[in-house]
Amino acid sequence: MAETFDRVKQIIVDRLDVDESKVVMEASFKEDLEADSLDVVELVMELEDEFDMEISDEEAEKINTVGDAVNYISSQS
Amino acid sequence: MLNEQVALVTGASRGIGRAIALELARQGAKVAVNYAGSEDKAEAVVQEIIAGGGSAMKIQADVASEEDVKQMVKAVVDEFGRLDILVNNAGITKDNLLMRMKEEEFDSVINTNLKGVFLCTKGVTRQMMKQKYGRIINVASIVGVSGNPGQANYVAAKAGVIGMTKSNAKELAARNIQVNAVAPGYITTDMTDALTEEQREQMLALIPLKRLGEGEDVARVVRFLASEDAAYMTGQTLHVDGGMVM
Repeated sequence: MAETFDRVKQIIVDRLDVDESKVVMEASFKEDLEADSLDVVELVMELEDEFDMEISDEEAEKINTVGDAVNYISSQS
Repeated sequence: MLNEQVALVTGASRGIGRAIALELARQGAKVAVNYAGSEDKAEAVVQEIIAGGGSAMKIQADVASEEDVKQMVKAVVDEFGRLDILVNNAGITKDNLLMRMKEEEFDSVINTNLKGVFLCTKGVTRQMMKQKYGRIINVASIVGVSGNPGQANYVAAKAGVIGMTKSNAKELAARNIQVNAVAPGYITTDMTDALTEEQREQMLALIPLKRLGEGEDVARVVRFLASEDAAYMTGQTLHVDGGMVM
C-alpha cells in the first residue's frame, strides 16, 4: 500500500505539476490538485500503464481522490 | 508530407474513402483501410498502396459497434505502433420520403453515420492523448448544411457530425488533437452513379463550378487538414462542393 501510494504520488506530481506535500490520500484531484476532467482521464490512463492494469470507465468515474486511486489499485493487485 | 504517420480511414474500400486512403498513402502515411463488407475492394486498395511503395493494412469493423471499433483501433496500433490521423468517412444512405421512412431506415443511418463517428473518435482518443498529437477529420456532407428532401436520416446524421466536430474540437484542443470536417457536395461515386441523367442535369445547374466533384477533390482537402499546413485550424467544416452552398 505504501509503495503503491509512492508510485501514484510520483505520477500525480509529474502529471499535474503540484507540490509533493499536497498529494495526500484525502486530496481531491479536482478540488485540491487543480485537475480538470480531462486531466483525471489522462491520469487514470497513466496509472493503467504504470500498474499494467485496465480500469473500466465505471470504476474510473469513481476515482475522485488520491486515496480512491490508491485503494482501487491495491484492491486489484 | 505525412511520413511515418499512421492514418485510419473508415469506409475506405471505395468511393471518397478509397480516394482519401490513396492520397494519404501518397503523402507517406501508413494507412489502415477499414471496411464493413467489401473485403475484396479493401484488399485492392491495400495492394494499390503497397504497389506504390507505401504501407497499408485492411481491417474489418462495423463502425456502429463499440466492440468492433475497439478491436480495430487495437489492431492498427499493434501493427503500426501509433495512430495520428483518423478519417471518419464510413457512411450509408437509406433515402426515403419522410412519410415513408421506416424507423429502421432512420436508425441504421444514424448508427453508422453519426454514432460511428462518436465511437471511432472515442476509440482513438486514448492513443492520441498519449501521443499528445492527433488529427481527426470527419467526412460530413453539404446536405448536412443545406438539407435535402428524401434524406431526413442522412441529413440529421451529417448535421450531427458537423456539430460533434465542433464539440470534440473544443474538448480535445488542449491535448493537441485537432478535429475538422469536410462537407462534400455531389461527388461521383457509387452513390451518385445511381442517379438518372435528368437528376444529374438538375444538379449541375446548382453547381457554380459546373462539374460533379471527384473523390480526389475531397481527398486533397482531407490531406490538407491532416497536414502541418492546417496547424492553426480546429472545429471547422470546409465545403468541397464546387460552390454549391456558400
